[in-house]
Amino acid sequence: MTDQSTTNASKSAQGVRAGSMMLALTPWCIAAVALLVLPFIFTANSAITIMNQMAITIIFALAYNMLLGQGGMLSFGHAVYAGVGGFACMHIINNDAFFSQLPLPLLPIFGGLFGMGLAMIVGSFSTRKAGTVFAMISLGVGELIAACSVIIVAFFGGEEGISGDRTYGLPFLGVEFLQQIEVYYLIAVWLMLSAALMYLYSRTPLGRMANAVRDNPERAEFLGYSARWVRFYSFVASGFFAGIAGALFAINYEILTEENLNTTQSGIILLVTFLGGVGFFFGPILGAIVFTLVQTVLSLQTELWGFYLGIVFVVTVMFFPGGLAGLIMMHVPAMRLGKLSVLALPYLRTLGAGFVGCLGAAALIEMVFHVRHASVGDHEMTVYWTTFDSHTVLPWVLAIAATVVGFWIARATAPSLAAAWSEANTADGGQP
Amino acid sequence: MDLILVNLIDGLVTGLLLFMLSAGLTLIFSMMGVLNFAHASFYMLGAYFAFQISLALGFWMGLLIAPLVVGVMGAGVERYGLRRVHQYGHVPELIFTFGLALLIEELVQFIWGKNQMPYEGPDILQFTAFAIAGNSIPAYKIFMIFISVAIFIGLLWVLTRTRVGMIIQAALTYPKTVEALGHNVPLIFMGVFGVGTALAGVAGVIAGPVLGTFPGMAFVLGSIVFVTIVIGGLGSLWGALVASLLIGWITTFSKAYNLRMEDLLTTFGFTKPEPIWDSPWRDLWSITSPQIADILPYVLMVLILIFRPYGLFGKRDA
Repeated sequence: MTDQSTTNASKSAQGVRAGSMMLALTPWCIAAVALLVLPFIFTANSAITIMNQMAITIIFALAYNMLLGQGGMLSFGHAVYAGVGGFACMHIINNDAFFSQLPLPLLPIFGGLFGMGLAMIVGSFSTRKAGTVFAMISLGVGELIAACSVIIVAFFGGEEGISGDRTYGLPFLGVEFLQQIEVYYLIAVWLMLSAALMYLYSRTPLGRMANAVRDNPERAEFLGYSARWVRFYSFVASGFFAGIAGALFAINYEILTEENLNTTQSGIILLVTFLGGVGFFFGPILGAIVFTLVQTVLSLQTELWGFYLGIVFVVTVMFFPGGLAGLIMMHVPAMRLGKLSVLALPYLRTLGAGFVGCLGAAALIEMVFHVRHASVGDHEMTVYWTTFDSHTVLPWVLAIAATVVGFWIARATAPSLAAAWSEANTADGGQP
Repeated sequence: MDLILVNLIDGLVTGLLLFMLSAGLTLIFSMMGVLNFAHASFYMLGAYFAFQISLALGFWMGLLIAPLVVGVMGAGVERYGLRRVHQYGHVPELIFTFGLALLIEELVQFIWGKNQMPYEGPDILQFTAFAIAGNSIPAYKIFMIFISVAIFIGLLWVLTRTRVGMIIQAALTYPKTVEALGHNVPLIFMGVFGVGTALAGVAGVIAGPVLGTFPGMAFVLGSIVFVTIVIGGLGSLWGALVASLLIGWITTFSKAYNLRMEDLLTTFGFTKPEPIWDSPWRDLWSITSPQIADILPYVLMVLILIFRPYGLFGKRDA
């Protein structure tokens, strides 16, 4: 899904275009096949629930990245557009007369339109400036609407939210969406559709102008484009796809509450998008998949998962501003040179040791937490499938040893990794 | 009349507290162009540190030491965090402070747990200063007003009357020139960041006993502080003061007087739809002013942004 420009002189221009077309379509075909096949591999109900959640997060994160990555606008209240889209869909579901005439798969369009409508209203004054001012306004508006949700009970349903039954819709090709798997395929189709649309949007002149306005609004203005209108269009388009994500949430969970549009939700989507990487189209997809998986696994294992997440996030912002996608794409030059194998052993040494160090540090954190906050007399705890007494010396010595030795080896081997890195990125016979 | 006076004092306390946070925030903003999302987190840290110190050394030592610790931490964050992220641009800076706010909240939960801490003001201030028509004003509130005003005057004096203040003001506008004159501008930035966060720490120390010391306290106040400096005009100290007091008084008064939307609408000649529980406008009719007191600052912000986008005291091009 990245731009691959093939410059092979022996091929005709036509052939090159067809070739790059094939190359551009490959990831999409793989994704479509994967979406089709996945429920046959992971048949458990819980797995399908996770995949649904993942797909919704992907759409939302991609919509968010239209602002953050492509438009350079940082929003702290984007959950509002998804939430309002979802709430509107819930009201449509509860409106029997209308809903019985509407096939369920068309519902997300309405969610998108409502999200877009709200984005048009808010965008009319918030897109005047990018950067800090935009971020502040998005936060304020987000807070305002989230706070309204407990006051305007008729629309937001107060604290218990509103719920409905998706199965009352007009049967679509005989499917009534009673089962989770049917909902999965509905969401999967919408995922492919909206991801493709968002990708194509980023290829349009408007999408390109959004990049230009992000990088240098003044210059874009001199070229005769209104930076404000470009930002407005990005904002509205992003609101549309966020609304679709909200509608899919409404279809999947059949309930929406204040939690769907509060600031915490907005913060999570920022986290997901940034961890995945804002610089590439597939970054947010990666972020959503990894985040949902890690959240599902870690939140069952430890109470402190938010703490680890915070650390990982701050470290990412400080040292890897490209996120996960940026880290992966860093290896493309080495791959082109065919020298990826040079990196394998140094990676194994440094990252392996670093990983042991992190495990040790995490164990230390868990033990400190247990000693401080467990009920009095409860000395037994379980870390890494091992149960032990947290008030004895041995586990502490082990954890500290793992931390210190792991990080020390990682630090000691870092120079050799750096050397291998520059070696891998240098063409044979070239200057380093 | 008496009730108005009581509410004026209550609003003043809230407003001045807000000002202590927004003053530091707006100073940092006008200097580095970055909005410190974690500002309210330093306020929370101030309260927690003061609580921990007050257990051992009493409230007054907490008031003295906690802001210093918070200020040093703030300076450290600027030196080792923000300065590093600065090269990537303003948006990553904002994201960094957002992540920091997240991390500090989790850290506080990790160390002190999720429950409210039994942090209380000093015994010496546990008396009624005076009473207005039966409403007693605790001495602690007067103390809060006194501290905030003293800090404001001190800040104003340092910024406008001392050499350091002159250099800071010059560095705000022409950092390159000031650097060329031989001043260490990064050090000045770090110092102002430290002082700004220390101010937030002071606010935390004195607000902790009143508003409660719990992990959500940063979040509760944080977004209001941002709203304050947007209303006042980004980067304007006077704007921050006026907006803080405005928000303090608006929220206090709308909580104290039970204005009902029903009365307002009837005055304007609307008739109440019957039956009310079935009407789509039922929520509009049942709104009361205490109910919406907490969202009034946001409404005010949206209105200001529509009609005066640069804030009350902001410069047009800011």
